[in-house]
Amino acid sequence: MKQIKYLVVGILFGIIMTKGELISWFRIYEMFKFQAFHMYGVIGSAVGLGTLLMWLFKKGIIKNFYGDKVVVAAKGKNWKSPLFGGLIFGLGWALAGACPGPMFVLIGNGIFSIGIVIIGALMGTFLYGKFKQYLPH
Amino acid sequence: MMEIISQPWQWYVAGPSIVVVMFLLYFFGKRFGVSSNLETLCTMGGAGKFSDYFKKDWKESLWNIVFLVGAVIGGFIASNYMSSNVPIDLNPQTINDLSILGFENAGASMVPSELFGWEALSSVKGIGLLLIGGLCIGFGTRWAGGCTSGHAIVGLSNFQIPSLIAVVGFFIGGIVMTWVLLPLIF
Repeated sequence: MKQIKYLVVGILFGIIMTKGELISWFRIYEMFKFQAFHMYGVIGSAVGLGTLLMWLFKKGIIKNFYGDKVVVAAKGKNWKSPLFGGLIFGLGWALAGACPGPMFVLIGNGIFSIGIVIIGALMGTFLYGKFKQYLPH
Repeated sequence: MMEIISQPWQWYVAGPSIVVVMFLLYFFGKRFGVSSNLETLCTMGGAGKFSDYFKKDWKESLWNIVFLVGAVIGGFIASNYMSSNVPIDLNPQTINDLSILGFENAGASMVPSELFGWEALSSVKGIGLLLIGGLCIGFGTRWAGGCTSGHAIVGLSNFQIPSLIAVVGFFIGGIVMTWVLLPLIF
């Protein structure tokens, strides 16, 4: 039952992704063509407001449900893995038109063929785990 | 009010709404990052037998899988009960560019039938493209250590240099695919 709140937040996420057209292959294509402000507005406003939220967390002005300070994990210091991994992710994002969240939201939208993309993503994740030690980080 | 619910949401509604989701997850003591679920799903499927990388206790990440299940339900609710089925308001130039590539009715649905429709799925090329797209997403996001949520939104909001590098990588990859590879594929 403790998990129910995450289900509710997930439902909210799915609704936002759908209503904001963020699950649309066309919106991703348009973004990479620099032909619309929509996606930049979404990501930009989220980062802008997110920066304020992070600041409120860091200053301890907003605490979590348990009354503790919110600590947001740092992303490390590597530059090779985010660059090379990011490049490959970008290729897939523009081809399939979905990132990991929207992939699942699309199933709810009745686009079942996205299941093939999800299978591919799971295979890709598995391959990364298997060959991680040979890759630059 | 019903009008707001049934119409597509503008960027200034969608963007701040994502921050509400992000806030709620941190408020409940968790974090906002969707792509680590791919790892958890591999672990749940028994990938630990093949690689130590997946030898983790998936129960600790169960909350995020529950979030993902919610995302599917949210997609169902939004598309069935909150939609007015208006076409996506794409730039006419985008629609034109796509028709040159052979994509008809751009924006009439969420995804192009040329990639996701039955006809595309009945060809090796069609299935191969979706598999390769997924493969790049899974492999890339795990190598990069995050996707649009963890790097682009949380990471940039938190001034993380690796996240900025990752987002630059996302865009270089996306631009190469959109401007160079898609015209070769279609």
